[in-house]
Amino acid sequence: MSTKLLKCLAFFLVINAVFIDKANCQEVKVAKIDELISMIEKNEDSLYVINFWATWCKPCVIELPCFYELNREQNKSAIRVLLVSLDFKRNLNSNLIPFLNKRGTGPETWLLDETDYDSWINRIDSTWTGSIPATIFINNRKGIRKFHEGEFDCTSLNEEISKLLNH
Amino acid sequence: MLSKTLLVSAYVLISYCTFGQGLKIGDKAPDFNLKSTEGKQVSLSAIQGNKGAIVVFTCNNCPFSIAYEDRIIALHKKFSSLGYPVIAINPNDAVKVPEESFKHMRKRAKEKSFPFVYLQDESQETAKAYGATRTPHVFIVQKDTDGSYILKYIGAIDNNTDDPDAADKKYVDNAVNELLLGNTVSLTNTKAIGCSIKWKKP
Repeated sequence: MSTKLLKCLAFFLVINAVFIDKANCQEVKVAKIDELISMIEKNEDSLYVINFWATWCKPCVIELPCFYELNREQNKSAIRVLLVSLDFKRNLNSNLIPFLNKRGTGPETWLLDETDYDSWINRIDSTWTGSIPATIFINNRKGIRKFHEGEFDCTSLNEEISKLLNH
Repeated sequence: MLSKTLLVSAYVLISYCTFGQGLKIGDKAPDFNLKSTEGKQVSLSAIQGNKGAIVVFTCNNCPFSIAYEDRIIALHKKFSSLGYPVIAINPNDAVKVPEESFKHMRKRAKEKSFPFVYLQDESQETAKAYGATRTPHVFIVQKDTDGSYILKYIGAIDNNTDDPDAADKKYVDNAVNELLLGNTVSLTNTKAIGCSIKWKKP
């Protein structure tokens, strides 16, 4: 077999790997709290649904498909779903990205790279004690800011969303 | 009659709200009587010769509790001889999470050679009375002259779950040191991310 053919085969495999990776790869933005707060403050027309979770949190993982469904089915101009992972940054490539890739296309995901929890939890909501899952619903134009500490089932999440959209 | 009804309703409402939020700094800490992994019943009032206690709601299975295990052991080793032992309480429902059963608690206590008592809050009433919501969740109490315990600190152990060496605010350590010096605790409430307590299905 000629080296030319081998080279060609290798090239083909590399190209393939790159494309397959791209197709399944969920992007994760690593962000600081100021960036998240300014994103929340800039919100105008749509309803932001921001879910705080982690791959190691069982009730979070159980409710996650509800947010995927919400992201798929709702009108994108009416709702923006954002998953904020509290996994440690060192686990981004080893845990978070493989976890998301297995689930296919999903909502926009950020990893909140903040370790000093007491310095920022109150900036999200003063009633949040720090347990996850936790979800905040925001629409600044309509004056909506609703915080929920604890898990949702899909029915109760959807009910909450319809209530807030008709607000 | 109407004003009496109003007063009673207001009282009920206030009690309900206070209960809902758990304890506040300065409140009397409710006593408990819970079974330890060594098979003994443990209550605050029966502890002899102490000045207070570091009550930690924690569990077997939560990665954040596990991350803090060695630090909880170190706190007990440092402060129990000075009058502030750690009392670890597992409030999780073992029906929902089998890894939180009493059997698994005993196993974990043995594996890690816990030097402190590890208690099961099977009814979850202690966690509710304290207002614990996550694991780990710390409540430091100080014994008063009448033998009751007063709540002095609620919150996190320190400010870096992932890396103990990078934690530059050691909340529990500082609070107990302040109490030992006869001072008031300067930072009484802190928050941290943690696993939600797995409550029983209503």
